[in-house]
Amino acid sequence: MGLMDQVELPQPVKYVFNWGRKYSLWCFNFGLACCAIEFIAASTSRHDFIRHGVIPFAHGPRQADLLVVSGTLTDKMAPAVKRLYEEMPEPKYVISFGSCANCGGPYWDSYSVTKGVDQIIPVDVYVPGCPPRPEALLDGIIALQDRIQHESLKDRIAGRRLDPVTLGADAPLALEGR
Amino acid sequence: MSDLDTKERIQPGTAPGEDVAFEIHGDGDFPTADMSLSIGPAHPATHGVFRIVLEMDGERVREARPVIGYMHRGFEKLAEYRDYRQIKALVNRHDWLSGFSNELGVALAVEKMMEMEVPDRAQWIRMLIAEWNRILNHLMFIGSYAIELGAITPMFYAFREREDIQHLLESATGGRLHFTYNQPGGLKIDLPKGFLRESQRLSTVVRERLPDYFDLVLGNEIFQGRTKGIGPLPSDVALSIGVTGPTLQATGVAEDPRVTEPYLKYGEIDVPVPVGENGDSFDRFSCLLRRIQASLDIIDQVHDHVPPGPVNSKLPKMVKAPEGATYVRTENPLGQLGYWLESDGGRTPWRLKMRTPSFSNVQAIPYLMEGVLLPDAISILGSVFFVVGDIDR
Repeated sequence: MGLMDQVELPQPVKYVFNWGRKYSLWCFNFGLACCAIEFIAASTSRHDFIRHGVIPFAHGPRQADLLVVSGTLTDKMAPAVKRLYEEMPEPKYVISFGSCANCGGPYWDSYSVTKGVDQIIPVDVYVPGCPPRPEALLDGIIALQDRIQHESLKDRIAGRRLDPVTLGADAPLALEGR
Repeated sequence: MSDLDTKERIQPGTAPGEDVAFEIHGDGDFPTADMSLSIGPAHPATHGVFRIVLEMDGERVREARPVIGYMHRGFEKLAEYRDYRQIKALVNRHDWLSGFSNELGVALAVEKMMEMEVPDRAQWIRMLIAEWNRILNHLMFIGSYAIELGAITPMFYAFREREDIQHLLESATGGRLHFTYNQPGGLKIDLPKGFLRESQRLSTVVRERLPDYFDLVLGNEIFQGRTKGIGPLPSDVALSIGVTGPTLQATGVAEDPRVTEPYLKYGEIDVPVPVGENGDSFDRFSCLLRRIQASLDIIDQVHDHVPPGPVNSKLPKMVKAPEGATYVRTENPLGQLGYWLESDGGRTPWRLKMRTPSFSNVQAIPYLMEGVLLPDAISILGSVFFVVGDIDR
């Protein structure tokens, strides 16, 4: 990356730079299970996340900026996910799509399921649901784009990440305070 | 996680615990050596995390070895720790494209063990939703198979219909993929008002749009060139392997539990079973398309039959199946699904064995791929319709 990992960009340059980055997210879909179907549904005409600047046709991890892990991660599959993540160039982002990728979901007591993809790779946005609706993925993408807009690329390349966002966690629960 | 050394665990071209020996074939000026080609577990052509190791002699496949287990989630074990009402939320996820049909199998098995009477209305509605689910499943494969052969457009057509059908089913069940609508003794809740009218309307819409697929995909010259005569499966081989569903029907065998041993109310209506001739990739795909038509025919008949009345029977506070065992087989979208349910009288099953259609169907892959060219191997892989979660459970 040269200069960018050593000096902080001036604010106007950073703004334009991040604005350009957030609307050209080449997305590598790691379709593992049911959630992959909802991911495809989000990419087709009814929901169409290409209008948000997410391009779902990355040829492989080496051309991708965004990894969407959608589905159950098993212990047998985990090394492959880690390897594909490591093949992606920095700066790279991860959306954990669906309860299984977040925490194991309905297989929380299974002997062969990794309880959350964040055990092996860092996650930027968690999208809860089993499977989440395509709208939830769109919401997650917008949350990620919001982060990218306010991000310092210098920090990102140096490996300093912001805390992950969990969709729906910021909203107060209806039961709270009772 | 440092103990997951990726280079240790995944070696290209080898299945775990196997060594690859390179044999030299032929003599004279052009001796050739086999090459191992590992496709998957993350590969666009395998739609899922299916892995297949091909021993290649040049461009020809000498031997194909499916490596399964990347999506093993331990359903059979987990089912022993869920009570009979919770199982349905588990089993509709093993074949994630046909959630309703899966939970239907478990509900039928529990009802059979408890000798429960299911109201007529519930049975007809189950058939209606199961057939819509079948169409959802087949549409997905129509889209994904075309993508594997290099055509992106059919996927957008397929999802146009899928979204409409999912919207319809969501209005009744609350789910888009996993409906969790069955329960032992009937259904969770009754249909919303106007559901049948909407379902009728949608069935005519989907029927009107079906020629799009016949013309766009099946009538396409490139599609025909990639699939006609590729991977023919003789019916005797298919039967000996245990292949079922559209893959078996494409070989000319009209085997379908909805006809041969009807469950629900399939015995009271006319169930068309489309069959193919050669059992090649083209036939398998065309069977899939014609099965959509058949399902629409069933749906139209069901609309005239749904009686008024209750949709569920009163359940005890704790559903407990009596001691014993039972086997229920149903026609899932991809083939025959069997549940072997064994109970010791407790609140959870003692054993739930699944006979999933995808697992049996992929057993035909080594036979089909022997000696074919590499692009044809992709054509075969896509046409033996499977869902990875259904293979590995």
